[in-house]
Amino acid sequence: MCGAPDQATISREGIPTGETVVQGLVYNGDAPVAGGYVRLLDGTDEFTAEVITSATGQFRFFARPGSWTVRVIPGGGHSGGEAKVDVAAGEISEVRIAV
Amino acid sequence: MARNDVLVDADWVEAHLDDPKVVLVEVDEDTAAYDKNHIKNAVRLDWKRDLQDQVRRDFVNKEQFEALLSAKGIGNDDTVVLYGGNNNWFASYAYWYFKIYGHDNVKLMDGGRKKWELDSRELVADQPNRPATTYKAKDANNDIRAYRDEVVEAIGVKNLIDVRSPDEFSGKLLAPAHLPQEQSQRAGHVTSAVNIPWSKAANEDGTFRSDDELTELYKGEGVDFDKDTIAYCRIGERSAHTWFVFHELLDQANVKNYDGSWTEYGSLVGVPIEKDV
Repeated sequence: MCGAPDQATISREGIPTGETVVQGLVYNGDAPVAGGYVRLLDGTDEFTAEVITSATGQFRFFARPGSWTVRVIPGGGHSGGEAKVDVAAGEISEVRIAV
Repeated sequence: MARNDVLVDADWVEAHLDDPKVVLVEVDEDTAAYDKNHIKNAVRLDWKRDLQDQVRRDFVNKEQFEALLSAKGIGNDDTVVLYGGNNNWFASYAYWYFKIYGHDNVKLMDGGRKKWELDSRELVADQPNRPATTYKAKDANNDIRAYRDEVVEAIGVKNLIDVRSPDEFSGKLLAPAHLPQEQSQRAGHVTSAVNIPWSKAANEDGTFRSDDELTELYKGEGVDFDKDTIAYCRIGERSAHTWFVFHELLDQANVKNYDGSWTEYGSLVGVPIEKDV
C-alpha cells in the first residue's frame, strides 16, 4: 500500500550548493497531491513560508538549521496533515506526508 | 473605508463573473500560475514586468500605468477586484499601486487564489478578450509610500513594523523560505522595528482576520495607533498586505508602505541595523 509515493524519488534538481533544505512529497493513497498548500512553521509554530505542491506532489523550502513543522492545509478535496522534521546546516531533509 | 468597501468574498466574485463593469485581475509571484488557469474572465498583471520599471528600480510611472490598464481593458469607472497567490501578497501590492494612481474603486478578494482553490471553485484556461480603453491615472499619491530616508528618520519615532517571518527579522534567513537564501544585503532589521509577521493578520485559508482580532493583535504587539506607521518586508509585497490591514481595514490615516524594504535598507551604507544572531 502507498508503494508508489513511498518509493518515489524526490527531485534535488535546482538546489544551490550550501542551501539548507526541507523538501518532500504530499500524497493521498497511491497518488501524489498536486496543488496542495504546504506551510513551514518554526519551533514556536509561527508561519515561515508557504508553497504549492508540484504536479508530482513535491514541495521545497530553503530553511535554516533546526526543527520545523511542515503542515498541509486541508481543502481542495483532502483533509490535510503535518509532520515534524529536523535539518542540519547545508543538508537536505525529506519528509513524506499522507493526507 | 469599511471592510465591505475594500474586500469581497469568493461568493461575491462568483456572482459577478460575467459583470462587464467588474474586472477581475490576478497578480501572482509565480506569473505562470495564470497561464495554467485562473478565475473565469480574469486578466493578469505581472508584478515584475507590468508593475516595475524595467530599467530603474522603481515602479511604473503614471503614463506607464495608464498604458498598462488601457491595454488590459480596464476603464476608470470599472470596479477592479484583485486576487492572487501567496495569500494575496502581490494582489495587495497591486492594490496599493491602484491607490497610488488614484483608482478608488478597487477591492481585494478575501483569501485570494488559495481560498478559491481550497473551496474547489472553478478555474479556467480561456483568457478573456477585453477591448482596450483610454485609462487616465491621477498623479501619484506618495502619502502612502515611504522612502529610505523617511525610514531612517522614523527610527525610535514612528511605528516601524517589520512583517517578515521571525527568522528573517532576527537575521537567520535573508529571504522567505520558499526562495534560495543567497542574497547580497546584510541580515537583520531596522533598529526599533517590531516584528509582526504579515501571517498573523491572516487565517490559514488566506482570509483576513476580523477587525477586532486585528486591533487586538497590533495593540498586543505594542503598536501605538496614535503614531504614524511604516511597514516593510523584503521587497514591499508582504508589507503591502499589512499596509492594507492598517490603512484599509483598520482605517489608520498615516500608514506608509516602504517598498524599497529590506533589499534596499539592508544594502545601505551606514544605517542602523539590529541583528539577533
